Amino acid sequence: MSGPDASPDPALDPAVVSDSGVEPSDGDASRLTQRIVGAITGADVRLTVLALVAALVVGALFLVLSDTRTLDAVTSGAGLGAVLQAAARSVSRAYSALLQGSLGSPGAISETLVAATVLILTGLAVTIPLRAGLFNIGGEGQVIAGGLAGGYVGFAVEGLPLAVHLPLAIVAALLGGAVIGWIPGVLKARTGAHEVISTIMLNNTLNFVAIWLLTTTLFQIPGRADPISRDILDTARLPRPFTGLRVDVGIILALLVAIVVLWLLDRSTIGFELNAVGANPSAATAAGMAVGTATMRAMTFAGVAGGLAGGALILGVQGRITPGFSAGLGFDGITVALLGRGTVGGTVAAGLLLGALKAGGRAMQARSGTSLDLVVVIQALIIVFIAAPGLVRAIFRVRTEPTSTTSISQGWGA
Amino acid sequence: MSTQVVSAGAARRRERRFALFTLLLGAAVPLLFLRGATGGIATFVLNDARGERFLLPDLVIPVDLTLVLLSAAIVAVGVLQLVRPVGRRAPLAVGAAGGLFVVAVLVWATTGASVSLVALLRGALFASVPIAFGAMAGVLSERAGVINIAIEGQFLAGAFTAAVVASVLGSAWFGLLGGIAAGALIGVMLAGLTIRFQADQIVSGVVLIVLATGVTSFLTSQLLASNTAWNSPVRFIAAPLPLLSDLPLIGSIVFRQTFLVYLMIVMVIVLQFALFRTRWGLRLRSVGEHPAAADTVGIDVLRTRYRAVVLGGMLAGIGGSWFTLEAASQFSKEMTGGRGFIALAAMLVGRYSPVGAMSAALLFGFADSLATTLQRLPVPLPSTLLRATPYVITLLVVAGLVGRLRVPAADGKPYVKQ
Repeated sequence: MSGPDASPDPALDPAVVSDSGVEPSDGDASRLTQRIVGAITGADVRLTVLALVAALVVGALFLVLSDTRTLDAVTSGAGLGAVLQAAARSVSRAYSALLQGSLGSPGAISETLVAATVLILTGLAVTIPLRAGLFNIGGEGQVIAGGLAGGYVGFAVEGLPLAVHLPLAIVAALLGGAVIGWIPGVLKARTGAHEVISTIMLNNTLNFVAIWLLTTTLFQIPGRADPISRDILDTARLPRPFTGLRVDVGIILALLVAIVVLWLLDRSTIGFELNAVGANPSAATAAGMAVGTATMRAMTFAGVAGGLAGGALILGVQGRITPGFSAGLGFDGITVALLGRGTVGGTVAAGLLLGALKAGGRAMQARSGTSLDLVVVIQALIIVFIAAPGLVRAIFRVRTEPTSTTSISQGWGA
Repeated sequence: MSTQVVSAGAARRRERRFALFTLLLGAAVPLLFLRGATGGIATFVLNDARGERFLLPDLVIPVDLTLVLLSAAIVAVGVLQLVRPVGRRAPLAVGAAGGLFVVAVLVWATTGASVSLVALLRGALFASVPIAFGAMAGVLSERAGVINIAIEGQFLAGAFTAAVVASVLGSAWFGLLGGIAAGALIGVMLAGLTIRFQADQIVSGVVLIVLATGVTSFLTSQLLASNTAWNSPVRFIAAPLPLLSDLPLIGSIVFRQTFLVYLMIVMVIVLQFALFRTRWGLRLRSVGEHPAAADTVGIDVLRTRYRAVVLGGMLAGIGGSWFTLEAASQFSKEMTGGRGFIALAAMLVGRYSPVGAMSAALLFGFADSLATTLQRLPVPLPSTLLRATPYVITLLVVAGLVGRLRVPAADGKPYVKQ
């Protein structure tokens, strides 16, 4: 990142924007806002909102069907009214905990932003290759690599001031992710191995590598048997601007990365090539572009974003590397990118939304005892409805312009 | 013409690279493994110790000599590749060299110890069950033109449902039916999303995996955690086949297995015949190759695809049932551990044929079983790293083979009637 050390003061944001590659003119800044607003309130907005509603409703059904109190009401032979009452009570208890836990207090908002930091970055790790027609399921492996590399620099390199140590650790995380992103890219470009399979295999491999590394003297706390790394030194931790809240400058890092990616995809030659290859590989080849190079670049950039997500997590809220710290983050990124419909602004918005869902989900688990896995169910339902707009239209009987079918990825042959 | 010249040169270069790799492999054997061994012997047990009629003597071999011979054989393969180009069979030669290398690793690891070859190979066959069923699911649906990435989700749904049904009804057979139904349900959803609503096929598959993961994990923590009676399935037990199980070696490996292993072998043969020798199979394949042409001769493209995907879901559901009815004693969250994707790789490596898919599944099953065997031996290799072996092998195999695959022409493309 060429920008200044992510400043904790939000008022400095415009300066940050101009430092990171976007031309420092008001016009661009407002176009950027337009873009973000456009992604949130664009033509698809009705379908997106309806998809969210449908997902929450089906999620509530799952909640009711697995709720022991409701099931007790059914088996005890109480009337329909009592059953419905029990169902309504458990749904409202869970969903109000969800809402309060995501937006209800400064602490809740802080938790939402903490979750959004990682989600935005893993979302970008999916969005960038999506533009080049590639489907990156390797977010998890890239997060692990970033977390391991960034974390190692964070606890093993001693005696540096914050201004040097933290950027160094972040760069290490970035490079770690980049390598793991590059591998499926180069395999696809050279041998045609489909990125979906190679990224999944790397996820599983890296999971075991991480568990193994955490039991070696390289990472493990001396004298401990459990696979947990030493603590990240204070000089490599992401600063927390508000005392008592867990939110750190990682969220600013994530937004900065989003801006760089926006510039990369929409303003740079490299980005133009990525989009061209994604839109029509044969046409791009005919125009003299190297599809293989674009593939490698797209996956490497994705790895950078994923690696930064791992770094932000380990150098931020986690403060140490634990086994399974990355569980499910790759699939979260897919949800975010699809919800954001492959645009950078949309990815940021979707990251914030799902961050709220995650933070709220944890509060829901703590307060109403509903398992956090419900959030995963809701998340999957959201993408089901997003991926098949026809389904939402059929359920709600709305008539919108028939959007072209969501065909983003390509088959094995490509 | 010029492209042909280029590709011939590229092929020659590729072959040289392969040959070089083989030679390196051959050189690695003495360099890596010979240093420590001083006249050790390795013992391989060829019996099951479960009352066979014919007992075979243990295979006792000197480690040093075997390693030298294996190394020489690998080097010979490499030299052969250099002197006399083997052309398109180059991957086969590398595969053979790789196989010999694996034998070398096993011999080295067994120095001064004893390994049951029967257990190793029986474990390989057993571990290949879900992968073979998942790969057959993929073959069916992709031959009809629908990419099925959701195999992992069908495994999870099948494993969960099989566990609950087999626990509640107290019968593994009902559990299997439940698993089949759950796999079929995910198949119906996949078919609906991709055929009826023409959603992106890979995205739909991934979504269904997330959905199956979420729902099974959610229900596990909400319901099964507090009701352990719902998560203690009655399982299939080993059922030795009469007469056949008395055959030396083969009997112990193949015919002292559980029900799903036999079912896998039968299904592979049935499906191979059905796909390539019956009218049903021809229609199914035509829909995946050229749906418009199939349509003109009166085949209902969409219905054929629906059926293929749902039938595939049922097969994957059987594969899922293996996890809770044979492999483990209960359902646990995300217990399938990416095997659905290995199945996908097996389908690709097996070139979209049931027999090919099963051969690939056996390879992955062997990797699994080998890793388990090596973990028990006093090898200076970390056991967690060994558990990554099947995944690394999948990665290498996919990278080595997939580029030269002929995919069904309409695979992944929705069909819209003109």
